Amino acid sequence: MRCGVVRLSGLLLLIALAGCGGEGESALDVAAGQAPGKPAYGDTYIEALQGNISGLIPNVLSDGPSFEVASMLYNGLVRYDKDLNLRGELAESWQYSRDCLDLTFKLRRNVRWHDHQPFTAADVVFTYETMVNPKTPTAYGGDFKAVESVQVVDPYTVHVRYKHPSAKALQSWSIWILPKHLLESYAREGKLREAPQNRANPVGTGPYLFKEWKPGEKVVLVANPEYFEGRPYISRVVYRIIPSSATTFLELKAKGVDGAKLTALQFKRQTEYPAFRKAYTKYQYAANVYVYLGMNLRDARFADRRVRQAFAHAIDKREIIDGVRLGLAREATGPYKPGTPQYNPNVHQYPYDPAKARALLAQAGWTETNADGILVKHGVPFKFDLLSAQGSDEGRKVAEIIQASLKDIGVQAEIRVIEWAALLKEYIKKRNFEGVILAWGITPDPDQYDIWHSSKQGPDELNRIGYANPEVDELLEKGRSTCVEADRKKYYDRLQEVLAEDQPIVFLYFRDGLPVVSSRVRGIVPAPIGINYNFNEWFVPLNLHRYTAG
Amino acid sequence: MLGYALRRLVLATPLLVGITFVSFLVIHLAPGEPVDIQSDESSTRSDAKIRQLLTETYGLDKPLHVQYWSWLTRLVRLDFGRSFSPDARPVLQKIGERLPVTLLLNIVELMIIVVLAIPIGVLSATRQYSTFDKITTIFVFVGFATPDFWLALMLMILFGVQLGWLPISGLRSPTWEYLAFWAQQWDFAAHLALPILVATFGGLAGFSRYMRQAMLEVVRQDYIQSARAKGLAESVVIGKHALRNALLPIVTVLGLSLPGLIGGSVIVESIFAIPGMGQLMVQAVFERDYPVIMGNLVIVATLTLVANLIADLTYSLVDPRIRVAARRSRR
Repeated sequence: MRCGVVRLSGLLLLIALAGCGGEGESALDVAAGQAPGKPAYGDTYIEALQGNISGLIPNVLSDGPSFEVASMLYNGLVRYDKDLNLRGELAESWQYSRDCLDLTFKLRRNVRWHDHQPFTAADVVFTYETMVNPKTPTAYGGDFKAVESVQVVDPYTVHVRYKHPSAKALQSWSIWILPKHLLESYAREGKLREAPQNRANPVGTGPYLFKEWKPGEKVVLVANPEYFEGRPYISRVVYRIIPSSATTFLELKAKGVDGAKLTALQFKRQTEYPAFRKAYTKYQYAANVYVYLGMNLRDARFADRRVRQAFAHAIDKREIIDGVRLGLAREATGPYKPGTPQYNPNVHQYPYDPAKARALLAQAGWTETNADGILVKHGVPFKFDLLSAQGSDEGRKVAEIIQASLKDIGVQAEIRVIEWAALLKEYIKKRNFEGVILAWGITPDPDQYDIWHSSKQGPDELNRIGYANPEVDELLEKGRSTCVEADRKKYYDRLQEVLAEDQPIVFLYFRDGLPVVSSRVRGIVPAPIGINYNFNEWFVPLNLHRYTAG
Repeated sequence: MLGYALRRLVLATPLLVGITFVSFLVIHLAPGEPVDIQSDESSTRSDAKIRQLLTETYGLDKPLHVQYWSWLTRLVRLDFGRSFSPDARPVLQKIGERLPVTLLLNIVELMIIVVLAIPIGVLSATRQYSTFDKITTIFVFVGFATPDFWLALMLMILFGVQLGWLPISGLRSPTWEYLAFWAQQWDFAAHLALPILVATFGGLAGFSRYMRQAMLEVVRQDYIQSARAKGLAESVVIGKHALRNALLPIVTVLGLSLPGLIGGSVIVESIFAIPGMGQLMVQAVFERDYPVIMGNLVIVATLTLVANLIADLTYSLVDPRIRVAARRSRR
C-alpha cells in the first residue's frame, strides 16, 4: 500500500491501515556497530518495494513507492535534513523579508539536468506554474495557494511574493523541481501524466539516473556521475517489486535483496538468529503514522467529552502495542511524534483505569445497566459499530482489543470490516459512521489545520469526525500564519494540551518503521528523519562488493 | 462447417455486448470511485479541485449510459482507452506487457498437466483399485487440497533458502543484463520453475480425475468387449479403441480452460512477484481503474466465446459420429 512521505510538503496523509510501513521516518535505535571500512564506488543495492510505482513524475502522483523512487531522481529547492530542519538543496540560500511576505532564493550554479541542460530559475517558475495550473492533476497545488507571484530575478535568483504570511511557505519548496525544457508543452495542456517522461527516461537533477522500469517487476537506477553533491558511491540501485511480505522475507534470507521493511512479527520473532544478525542490520524508529480510534462527534453520545475520556481510560494502549505490534510502537498522546521538536510531553495523560472510565461514563448519565451488562441511558443501550478497513490485519486486531476493553466498562462495540474504497465512500465521506479505526500520516511540519479546524468539515475535507473547538481554531490559524518558528512552537504546544484534554479521537500509537539493510552497506547514520536521507553517502567497502557487474 | 462457425460468431456479438453492459454496470455500482482513491489515499489536502478535475477528465460526471455508450463506440474502433491510474497509459499497452509472461506460464503449465494427467488417468483407470491407483488418488487429492500459497512458501524455503538451487521470486536475476544469452535463458527458466511447479500440482488433480473417469466409462462399453473378443492386444484395445473415445470429454474441458490462460493466478503471481495479468487485474479493481478492468473483461469474454466455439468444432473433428449425424440431418 501507500505510505506517507517526508519530502512532500506539509500535507497530512490519510493512510489505510492496510500494510503501510511508513518510510517518513524519524529517529532512534540502531542495532549494530559496524567496522567502518573504506568508501568505494561500485556495487548494486537491491531494495524490495511492496507496491508497484505508478509513474515517474512525482508531482502528479500520490503513492509511497513512486515517491521513494522519485526522491532519487529529483531535487527540491529545500529539503529536510536528518534532524528535520530545512536546508538548501537546489537553493544555495534564501532570505525572508521581515514581514514574511517576500522570499528570495539564491540557486546553486552549475547544476545540470540529467540531459546536461543547465538548471536555472526558469525551471523553478515553471514548476510553480505547473503546480498551480488548474489543469494539472496534482494533489499538492494547495501548498502554493498563498503565493502571489514567482519571478525570475536573474538565472540564479527567484523571488516569491506571498499574499499573507505563511508558516509553510519555505517547506512547500521541497516540491520536486521539473525540467521546463522537456515538460512545458505537456504541463500547459495538463497532460503531465501522459508525458513520455512519466513512463520512461525522466529527467531530474538528483543523485541517480533512470535506467529502466519494468512495470510490476523492477525499477533500475544508476549513479549520476555529475551529481552536484558528488557522485554517489553505490553505482546501481534496483527496486524490486515484491507484493508479499513473506516472499520479501525469504528473499532476505536467500540474500536476493539488500534492503526491505519488515513486519513486526518478522522483526521480533523471525530475525533474531545469528546468521541473520550477521548479514543484516535492523533499524527501528517511530514512523510518521499513528493509529487512532475515531468517533463521530455528531453523535450525541460521542459529543460528550466525558465519554471520549472514559474510552481513553478504558483502552490499554500498552496492551494494544504489545498485542498488535509486538511492542514495536510508541504510545501516542497527541498528533505529534514523540522525540520530534514539536512534541509536547506535558499533556494530560490517560492511564489505563477502567474504574475511572466507568465513573466518567456515570457522570455523563450512563448509570444503569441492562441484563447483558451493557450501559443504558433513557432506555437505549450503549452499542455502536466499530469500522475497520479490510486487508488490514492490524486494524482488525486493534478493533478486537478495543471491543474487549469497552465491554469491561459496559459498552458494546460491533466490529465491521469493510473494503477500503467502500469504507471511504460510503461511511467516512458520508459521515455515516460511529466508531472507526484509522491512521493518520503526519509530516515534519506541525500544521494540522486541515484535520482539526472546524471549517474543514465539507464532504471531501479531512475533519471527518466533526471536531469544533474555537481555541483550537485560533491556535491553528496563528500557527500557520507566521514564519517565526519560535512563535509557532507555543501555539502547537498549547494545541496538544487542548487535544489531549478533549480527546476528539483516542490517540493510540505511532508505528515503528522496521527496515533492514545488508550489513555490507556502510555509512548509514540513523537520525530523527530515518535512514534514507543520506543514501548517496552509503557505500560498500571494496572487499565486500557483491555485484561486480555494472 | 464454415457457415456454422460464421453463424455462431454472429450470434456471439450481441452476447458479448450484453456481457460488457452487465459488467460495466456492476463495476460502476461497486462503492468507491477512482478519484476517491487517488485523491484520498495519501494526498487529499482537502482540495476538492483534483477530484473535480479527475472526475471531468475521466467523464465520471456523465450519466452511466452515456459513459457506457462512449466506451462502447471507442471499443468498436478497438480503442480500449487509457488507464485511470496516474500513469495514464493505454489499456492495451498495459495488458500487452503483462500478457506474455502469464500466457507463457499458463501454456507451459497446461501442457505439463495434459502430458502427465492423461497417462495417470489411463493407468489408474485400467488398474482400478491397484496400488498405483491408490497412490495417485492420494497424491492427486493432496495436490487438490494443498493451498497454493502454502506450497509455494514451502518450496521457496526448500529450494530457495535451504538448498539454494532456485531463485525465490521475480522473473530475472538482478545481474541479468550482464549474463550471456544462454545464461539469460537459463536464468529465466530457473525463475519460472517454482511457479510452474506450484500451478501444475494443483491443476493436475482435476485433469487426471477427469481422464480416469472418462476411461472407466469407456472400458465398460460393449465395443471394448468386442475388441478384446476379436483378440486384439490389450495395448491396442486401450491405446486405440478406448483412449480415443475417452478423450472426447477432455477436449471440452480443455476448450473451457483456454480463457483461463490469460487470467493469471493472483496468488501464485503475488507470492512469486510475477508481474502478470492476475496482479494487474487485482490492482485495477482496488484502484477502480474501470478501463483496465473492462479491457480485461472484454478480452476474457471474447476468448471464452471463441473457446466454446473451438471446442464445439474440434468435437466434430475428433468424434466422427457428430460429423456423420450432421451430414445426415442436412440431407
